[in-house]
Amino acid sequence: MESVRITGLSKSYGKVRALDSISLSVDKGELFGFIGPDGSGKTTLFRILTTLLLPDSGQATVEGFDTVKEYRQIRKIAGYMPGRFSLYQDLSVEENLKFFASIFKTTIQENYYLIRDIYSQIEPFKDRPAGKLSGGMKQKLALSCALIHKPAVLFLDEPTTGVDAVSRKEFWDMLARLKKEGITILVSTPYMDEAGRCDRVALIQQGKILGIDTPRGIVGAYKDKLLAVRSSGMYKLLFDVQEFPRTIRAYRSGEFIHCSVKDENAGDELRNFLAGKGHEMIEVRNISPDVEDCFLALMTNDRSFGTSPSGQATND
Amino acid sequence: MTNDHHIIEVENLVKKFGSFVANDHLNFYVKRGEIFGFLGANGAGKTTAIKILCGLWKPTSGRIQVAGFDVYKETEKIKRNIGYMSQKFSLYEDMTIAENFTFYGGIYGMRMPGIRKKMSFFLEKLGIVEYKDRVISDLPLGWKQKLAFSIAIMHDPAIVFLDEPTSGVDPLTRRQFWDMIYEAAHDGITVFLTTHYMDEAEYCERVSIMVDGRIEALGTPSEQKKQFGAESMEEVFIRLARKQ
Repeated sequence: MESVRITGLSKSYGKVRALDSISLSVDKGELFGFIGPDGSGKTTLFRILTTLLLPDSGQATVEGFDTVKEYRQIRKIAGYMPGRFSLYQDLSVEENLKFFASIFKTTIQENYYLIRDIYSQIEPFKDRPAGKLSGGMKQKLALSCALIHKPAVLFLDEPTTGVDAVSRKEFWDMLARLKKEGITILVSTPYMDEAGRCDRVALIQQGKILGIDTPRGIVGAYKDKLLAVRSSGMYKLLFDVQEFPRTIRAYRSGEFIHCSVKDENAGDELRNFLAGKGHEMIEVRNISPDVEDCFLALMTNDRSFGTSPSGQATND
Repeated sequence: MTNDHHIIEVENLVKKFGSFVANDHLNFYVKRGEIFGFLGANGAGKTTAIKILCGLWKPTSGRIQVAGFDVYKETEKIKRNIGYMSQKFSLYEDMTIAENFTFYGGIYGMRMPGIRKKMSFFLEKLGIVEYKDRVISDLPLGWKQKLAFSIAIMHDPAIVFLDEPTSGVDPLTRRQFWDMIYEAAHDGITVFLTTHYMDEAEYCERVSIMVDGRIEALGTPSEQKKQFGAESMEEVFIRLARKQ
């Protein structure tokens, strides 16, 4: 059963194509991630799905309702946490939550079980104005407000941007618990390492979808071999690895340089090549790519991937 | 007492807001030409410390020198010797690229010939010479970021402060941005930066991690991983920030 269906959706702002004929569908109860940088079209897509923006062409449905013609029905069953903090800064934590509950004709008590885990962490500050909360607490309050009417579908637009690594991890733990309640969750993020927490992800760049798959499927479609390289002179190493004739692509990744090559045995050759360039303490090993490696491969050329480069194949 | 190789020296930096201690006896130095990562959880006190180092806020107590100047008495000299770029772009969106260069160059006390020279140097390097009369708001995010960085170092500052400079950009632009950081450091500019990307922590020569107003760890990424028996800086970070 599908919860969200998007067919040939496009939206432009003047000359800028924010969404370029996007098609995909999200199953009921799925935790689906849109992974891409700022300006890739994630927010535009979420605003169309939450009925706040009209598409130029194409169509989208949420729980069977059309986002243009049946926006009223969607607004009742969707929860939305926008990227920018948009609660009432001068209302207290509790007043904000009560306000959202009453708009949806429910009460905090009725759906408290759904937000207990999250809200209990900020409840000690329930009389504090929302504007005076720390970043992490604002995020928890915004999520509580988006959940208080027990939505069928939850849209979270970059909930972890600018949030530190620890709070990000906790936030994803919360989403995993909400998924168990049967809520369909669509979440966007610029952090590639968060892809692994989703059932499926769409990699999105400049309004186009580069690929849609499970995190494992995305990584599995990487066709080249990947080497992690390290030496005593990291600044020079990047240039030298890029110069190695068999290198397809080389870039920094944490404490290593990642180097993609065609065949597995290039590692020994690379080691000799680098020794010849005067590098010491050379370490070269074969590694499996992560989602960021795949994203980079898809961005720079599609050659490393088996799937269609346009990524328009829908999973339905 | 001041060490010539240290471009930033911080001894017992304390900053209080009422009874709240935002910076609790910070002690560290930054070497000339170093890439120094200043990490910490949200609300750990990083921004407070950066504002003090940039001469914008006065500390409650402590001895702090930046580029050889005192943060209590010589804030104007500090401001002339540093560059600053934050996650929210410091460029004026409704002005052109050229106007931004001229404006900031003027603020930094540069003269027109020097400004023109720097502008053509950076625009050529970024390969966008023909776009100099474009308004900033029309440019892609990656360009804005690279331009903001170029402008932050156009007056050859001793130190450049980068506050989450790569937030939200694509992985390719993020790496191109780091190429620029390495180049600046190679040319002798000290780089002091904050980030939430833990792979970027690995790119720094030394890293400090703040938790609740204190520096809980300081050293090279490999020293810290060894000390905490961790595989990555992310693991080190999560272990430290979680223990409260």
